[in-house]
Amino acid sequence: MSIFLLFVFAVVVEKMILIVVLFTITLGVAAYSTYGERKIAAFMQDRIGPDRAGPWGLLQPIADGVKMFTKEDFMPNQAEKWLYILAPGAFIFVACMTSAVIPWGTQLTLFGGSIDLQVTNINIGILYIMGFVSLGVYGIMIGGWASNNKYSLYGAIRASSQMISYELAMGLALISVVMISGSLSLRDIAEQQTGFGWNIIYQPLGFIIFFTCALAECNRAPFDMAECETELIGGYHTEYSSMKLGFFLFAEYINMFISCAVISTLYFGGYNFPGLDPAWLGGLMGPIVLFAKIFFFIFVFMWIRWTLPRFRYDQLMHLGWKSLIPLAILNMVLTGGGILLFGN
Amino acid sequence: MTLAIFLTLAVVSVFFSLLMVFTKNPIHSVLYLILTFFSIAAHYILLNAQFLAVVHIIVYAGAIMVLFLFVLMLLNLNKDTEPQKSVGWKFAAAIAAGLLLLTFLGALKGSIQLQQVANADPAVGLVKNLGTVLFRDFVVPFEIAGILFLAAMVGAVLVGKRDLKI
Repeated sequence: MSIFLLFVFAVVVEKMILIVVLFTITLGVAAYSTYGERKIAAFMQDRIGPDRAGPWGLLQPIADGVKMFTKEDFMPNQAEKWLYILAPGAFIFVACMTSAVIPWGTQLTLFGGSIDLQVTNINIGILYIMGFVSLGVYGIMIGGWASNNKYSLYGAIRASSQMISYELAMGLALISVVMISGSLSLRDIAEQQTGFGWNIIYQPLGFIIFFTCALAECNRAPFDMAECETELIGGYHTEYSSMKLGFFLFAEYINMFISCAVISTLYFGGYNFPGLDPAWLGGLMGPIVLFAKIFFFIFVFMWIRWTLPRFRYDQLMHLGWKSLIPLAILNMVLTGGGILLFGN
Repeated sequence: MTLAIFLTLAVVSVFFSLLMVFTKNPIHSVLYLILTFFSIAAHYILLNAQFLAVVHIIVYAGAIMVLFLFVLMLLNLNKDTEPQKSVGWKFAAAIAAGLLLLTFLGALKGSIQLQQVANADPAVGLVKNLGTVLFRDFVVPFEIAGILFLAAMVGAVLVGKRDLKI
């Protein structure tokens, strides 16, 4: 019995360490994404960008964090106090939870033992991600409503109706991936894409649909309706200040990081790369490859933001409901036909 | 261990559902209902039905409750604007709810005599088994339910159309 308890304890400690490391990396990547975004924006607009804090402005995210924490924490007079405080917390919590099912690599060999580089390998990983994506709306809606401000409410309703519209097409695009891999577990899907057998080859249309929906789910330009300053001031976080505002902004960068990780895993082979065995360097090769892909996609997200203008709201709804959903259904039918003709 | 978890979860779900009924503010009511759904999803996980748990959260907490919140926020219902119903209506509502409770109790009374399955297969609620059962043993009811959903969807689109030309 005591040996059994010891074993349980060891597993729990191992998972706890992995979770803490993952959270640290997630927060670090999110923080430095803000720096990267400003540098890329500066490059595209022929400016220099942040260069005062530290060499090349590398300490800028830390300075921003200190600024956020030391600002006045304002609360509107008529706000629903508890919900107003709860909303940013709920938003960032949901954003952080999604990383649990992503396989970051195969196994890490350390001190003679091996550690699975995935917090939990539940066999419904994709549905877990969809569940948390669909819960992301609540932070925005509660925050916008509890602020007791018309502009916040309009921003919240715009953002959340956009998110639930694009969730549908996202789910339909995911079904095609599930059909060709025959599993809902992200680890199985990653394992099947060894070498160059990436899903993007079989699912080019599905990838485009999924990528567009990911942009919309993260509220990134050209879908950043929520923060359409000329019409809605600051959107759902108009009334927020200090670190509560920081939580909302930060959670969006976390969402971007996680969706890039999901895109890489589903369509671009995850931790696989032709010629590079994910077990090299004691298992570190997998995470290195995966993070290279993730950083590439984060760059693409930023590239799109500084290239494309914002959609009008009705155009956004037309694209979601009248183009992406029928395309996703067509993609499903094509995938089914392909499996019928050629097998898996 | 399982019994302790079950009892905690049961208390939590009953607590949140009572809060949902007794809160005056409709938005708070919806939020408590969402918490109730989460505790019910935890019950599903306790019964090894991961798929049902996640689908429960996606469908109820992720989709239906969002629409509830939408309507409540757009109508801006709160304590001050809530219309007061007459005593007759309250009486009718109480009787209707009581009858529903009676029906549920009657349905549950039959199931109390059921014995717990000894050594139930722990994999029974996983996607693979659920899919096999649905598409092999219960294909006809499953397809009929699908047709029902399709009809409901067509109906919703028709209701939503503003100027209908038949």
